[in-house]
Amino acid sequence: MQLIDQKTKKIMEGCKERALAAGLRFEDETLEYVVSNRDMIELMPKNMIPTLYDYWVHDVEVLREKGKYELYPSNPYETVINTRPAISFYNDNNPDWLNVMIFYHVIGHIDFFQNNLFFRHTWEYDLTGQALADKRLIARLRSEHGRWVDYLIEFSRGIDNLVGYHAELARFNRAETGCSNRVDYYFDYFLQTVKQVNTSEYVKQIELFNDYAREHGKLGEQSFFADVLKKYPEFDAAFEKYRDNYKPESPDLLQFLIDHSPFLKRDENTWMKSVLQIVRTTSIYFQPQIRTKIMNEGWASYWHETLFLQDDRIKGHEVEFSRVNAMVTAMPRVGLNPYALGMRLFHRLEEMADRGCYSYDFNRLQDAEQRKQYNRKTGQGREFIFRARENFCDFTFINSFVDQDFIAANKLFVAGQRLNKERMVWEYYVRSRKAEDYRQMLFASLYHPPVIEIIPEKSIDGELYLSHRFEGKPLVNEYLANTMLGIEYLWGGPVRLETTDGEVPARGEAEEGPAPQVTWTRVRYTMQDRQLSREVLT
Amino acid sequence: MSRQRREAYYQRLKDEGRLAEPDEAIRAELADEGLHLIEDPRSDRHLPLLNDLYSSNDFSLLHDMEQDKGSLVSSIRTLDDLLERDRIREEDGFPRKIKVGKLVKPGRGSKDKVVVVPTTVEEKFIHDNRFLEQEEGGGGGGGHGDGEEGEVIGEQPVRTGGEGEGTGAGQGKGSAHEIDANAYDLGRILTEKFKLPNLKEKGKKRSLTRYTYDLTDKNRGFGQVLDKKATLRQILKTNIALENLPNIGEIDPTRFLIAPNDKIYRILSREKDYESQATVFFIRDYSGSMAGKATELVATQHILIYSWLLYQYGGQVETRFILHDTEATEVEDFYTYYNSRVAGGTQVAAGYRLINKIVAEESLASDYNIYIFHGTDGDDWDREGRETIPELKKMLNYASRIGITIAEHSYASPGGTEVEMYLKRSGLLQQAADMLRLDSMKEDVSEERVIEGIRKLVSE
Repeated sequence: MQLIDQKTKKIMEGCKERALAAGLRFEDETLEYVVSNRDMIELMPKNMIPTLYDYWVHDVEVLREKGKYELYPSNPYETVINTRPAISFYNDNNPDWLNVMIFYHVIGHIDFFQNNLFFRHTWEYDLTGQALADKRLIARLRSEHGRWVDYLIEFSRGIDNLVGYHAELARFNRAETGCSNRVDYYFDYFLQTVKQVNTSEYVKQIELFNDYAREHGKLGEQSFFADVLKKYPEFDAAFEKYRDNYKPESPDLLQFLIDHSPFLKRDENTWMKSVLQIVRTTSIYFQPQIRTKIMNEGWASYWHETLFLQDDRIKGHEVEFSRVNAMVTAMPRVGLNPYALGMRLFHRLEEMADRGCYSYDFNRLQDAEQRKQYNRKTGQGREFIFRARENFCDFTFINSFVDQDFIAANKLFVAGQRLNKERMVWEYYVRSRKAEDYRQMLFASLYHPPVIEIIPEKSIDGELYLSHRFEGKPLVNEYLANTMLGIEYLWGGPVRLETTDGEVPARGEAEEGPAPQVTWTRVRYTMQDRQLSREVLT
Repeated sequence: MSRQRREAYYQRLKDEGRLAEPDEAIRAELADEGLHLIEDPRSDRHLPLLNDLYSSNDFSLLHDMEQDKGSLVSSIRTLDDLLERDRIREEDGFPRKIKVGKLVKPGRGSKDKVVVVPTTVEEKFIHDNRFLEQEEGGGGGGGHGDGEEGEVIGEQPVRTGGEGEGTGAGQGKGSAHEIDANAYDLGRILTEKFKLPNLKEKGKKRSLTRYTYDLTDKNRGFGQVLDKKATLRQILKTNIALENLPNIGEIDPTRFLIAPNDKIYRILSREKDYESQATVFFIRDYSGSMAGKATELVATQHILIYSWLLYQYGGQVETRFILHDTEATEVEDFYTYYNSRVAGGTQVAAGYRLINKIVAEESLASDYNIYIFHGTDGDDWDREGRETIPELKKMLNYASRIGITIAEHSYASPGGTEVEMYLKRSGLLQQAADMLRLDSMKEDVSEERVIEGIRKLVSE
């Protein structure tokens, strides 16, 4: 791995100037490396982060079957990594004009990483540095504890797709209520849980509090609690006790194990927590990447196209550019291309916003022709897409902007595949041109890890009771045993998982006619002493 | 096989009162409308995947870099290390994690080499999308362009196991770089362990072992060992030609003119060591009951045998592939053999009959040592094996070894399958103990047991 040469670096700097002038915002420092195929082989299993911790599974070909992307939160072939400074990778024999195009694409990604709010938690620190420290720590632990470190990595990676990414993210934007802890405690917990007052009494207390606040201004709260103490002399003591015992709820299973696992609490095992922590932080770091694939690629494609065509340095390469650009951004006849889809959405947003279509007036229009003609010439399209790149992720983006007009304008449809037995061919057909169907199809193909909740009231006698929130899909059955084995190890006691299994009556290859009904049953798996058992819940 | 013929066979067995119990599984096979497609259509790399958002990436689209050039295995220390680690894992009380016989890349149509890559999978709780696709009748995906709702916009031929389709699409591209120098030859790790048993001398047309080196060739001018007699002869010839030998009766060697070219040497050369030749038949039951682990086990064992043969005998062993349900069919290559899906009923005799027919028609028996490896779940509609046993006896006349592996379903009682029962009843296992081997195992046993099974089948 080596840095790109000075001449190419100069081209990159030129691209940055033009991108900044166009309104993109990113940190000025970047690093560009030339990578060989051999480098790629080593980098890919590490998500292109050269300093990521070593793990033997990286040395083996992992079965990354199609559709099994759910196992990994990050795209393993990222050309730019979200670090400070951002690092990007290049082939060493690209012509200059192609480098210009790729640089613009890369800058688009960097801008997205550094402005999209779903990456908010990654802004404060540099992953490569952190990863290097983690890697050293793991190497040290390995020298002390040998292969057990690898078992720990394996078991914690087994649940690293369940990390509470959204909970972490939410911490950054928690609105201040303006109330003190004491007020919160009094109204949220003390009255409701400790005293269990009825509603009218509760409302009365709120009114009382408001009266005090009005009368005494800043001293309102103080006077209010002075009265409270008269009524409930134990209040202050209860509040103190609550504050001492209060622990924030663990946002996910990994954190829960770190906080509460009796096995990890043992003196000889506390070192294990740091391994779990490393796996958890790394996973959370990567979470936004796969959740913004369409937007991120669409945004980068939008900008490489826009900026390349304006660039005066590479005049004369428009035809070659068009060829490569078409390969990247053409809509396939069947199949999905996140680059093409995302780019078209951004173009559409810009056009609609320019016409002023995201407004109350436009939404009130019923007449199709009027809607088509509607144009306020606001000139706010660019600004609008910049706001979109800041505030949306793939799900919200699709949900908000894939509408029937967009489907029609781009001639999109949901394609189906079926077997024609007479002619022995797979047929592809237009299944639907409805926006709703198209959206559902996109949602179904988006990354979506299952929700597994810890049920404290059922976790008795040293057991850990997990419940899978059923969303129409069962869990992959073959993986249950080993995943639960890992959790059992980390927890140090039996683990139960409540989930839903489906059963389909057998039938032939993609037969015609109504699909057979799947019967769903709620079941409970128990992993105890490394043995898995299953029982049906009624 | 068509359903009518299957039903006719069923009826005949029923009439003759030798239909196997329990009837339930058979009825399921009877009603099975499936086709022997090659692998899951949705994982077929020749078919476009309709709803895949995450596999396109900057490297392949922008940089034009092949993302899977060279496989990841290049960073592995050695396969032995990995397997050793896996063994320790088991000692520590965790299930093994590395699969050797899982990811097979026999280039389609190419018999050169089978590359087996050690693989593993990182298990997690993830959603199973298969159900969703089933509910909607095949996974829906994105599309773009013209066409009314319901209109067919394209089609792709279905690849089935039964009908060998010749050179498939993408044949050239796939095989070449999948056979990678970095990857492991599975044969290598097995090679020390086995040997084809009962090799007889039959028409030495081919060499089974690899070459030996010997000082057999002669060369003028240079070489390893001077051949004095031949050299002297050559000198004489030269001198006669030069008329330097006036009197043949009285030769004075001191007056010889000796050219450097007259010196004749023996040089080391590669010799083919001709040996007996062999044909190996692989036969696999791909009826409906084989679904799941039974097929995986049989296919894994056969890929292990196949790659061992390829490695040890340098591709000199001929291999033939037979698939059977209630009818048997020969397929052209291991790829099709390995990847055809299960469907239909079960008649073991049909498979054996086809082998006998091939051997008779091509008179293989006189020139070849013949080995037959049969993998089945032990089901046979024909409870008594009334048709199977005669065919098997016929095979025993010429075969050097017949190895039958029974992958018993987890619900079956050990040793209670039809095939095992009637083989035992027939007494052939004792009579022809050297020729016929039977090995039954549960369908979910470990890879170790599968390899152990090969040893049982081929041991002397």
